[in-house]
Amino acid sequence: MSEIIQFISNNLNMIYILAFAIFLGFEIISKVPTVLHTPLMSGSNAISGLILIGAILLIRVTPSDNYITLILGTLGIVFGSINAFGGFAVTGRMLEMFNKKRKK
Amino acid sequence: MTVFFDILLFISSILLIVGLRKLSHPESANNGNILAAISVGLGIIVSIFYPMETQNNNYLFIALGIIIGGIIGLIAAKKVAMTAMPEMVSLFNGFGGFSAALISLIWLINHNSSGGYADLSVVLFNLFLGFVAFTGSMVAFGKLSGKLKDNHLKIPYASIVNITLLILAVVLIGVFAYQGKLTHVHLILFTVLSIIYGVTFVAPIGGADMPVVISLLNSLTGITAAISGVMTDNKLMLLGGILVGSSGIILTLLMCVAMNRSLVAVLFGSFSSAKAGETAN
Repeated sequence: MSEIIQFISNNLNMIYILAFAIFLGFEIISKVPTVLHTPLMSGSNAISGLILIGAILLIRVTPSDNYITLILGTLGIVFGSINAFGGFAVTGRMLEMFNKKRKK
Repeated sequence: MTVFFDILLFISSILLIVGLRKLSHPESANNGNILAAISVGLGIIVSIFYPMETQNNNYLFIALGIIIGGIIGLIAAKKVAMTAMPEMVSLFNGFGGFSAALISLIWLINHNSSGGYADLSVVLFNLFLGFVAFTGSMVAFGKLSGKLKDNHLKIPYASIVNITLLILAVVLIGVFAYQGKLTHVHLILFTVLSIIYGVTFVAPIGGADMPVVISLLNSLTGITAAISGVMTDNKLMLLGGILVGSSGIILTLLMCVAMNRSLVAVLFGSFSSAKAGETAN
């Protein structure tokens, strides 16, 4: 129990951000038109490519001779980058198509 | 010097919120996408150069990973046919989940698979969600691209199996975290359980409901990004992950409404869809 309290007091800032961000996420999306559902899903999927940052931060503190971790970390960065770069590029293409349709 | 990077990270967080906001309006969606991309890019740059206490950097591995992943991602995004976009999103999402699972594994290896109750349960939860998002997205990808038909992967008593596996996973997280240490065998068993649950979770859901499931899995990946943000003490990841997580859940519900289905019917209505498939055969 004391450890849970310790965890909360150590991460109080994070908990505040967490709570506010949940409401913010709800608010931002609540009025989105149906046509934007797929591009928005794709866009938010690309944002979760942020996960790559975690892999970078962990690999930076890994000892240089710990090859198993380094390889796992590099794989993590590769997959995270595919998610981030690919995600934003795909979203861009979807929106391009969407704009063309609107102009016609 | 640290302050400089902290300010950059703050700017990046604001950009992310504005970007997501613009993404949800038809006129500004394209700008929103660009802003969000800039925000993530800025976050990556900050994470590469942020001063840390014990830094071995290993920049070679980081550069290699980003270049390989970036090129694969850009080419895949460019080559994919317009009609195949949803399954591409599913594939990308699965990769994000896999990355989260790898991050949790690295944390466990770096900490010799031991730690406090709170830390261990958070990391194991992240490992579980990451693998579920990964294998779940792969099944969704298979179904959407037509490689996997609804009757290829049949799980008997799917609802009961799923609930049992989920409870087992939660109990195991509790037990391992209480012990404060995992043996290699435990870690491998837990990983296998997570991988299996991802498959059994998505397999019974019919192909027509896949977009909703992808949105749900997308929201799961967001949550893993947020948890990884707590693990590595990065506020941008926490913010972005939670934004994706909460907006993903709302989006899932909105999609259900647009399809005139309830979320429960999508997730547990597998029973009826399997039956319908049988009569069709």
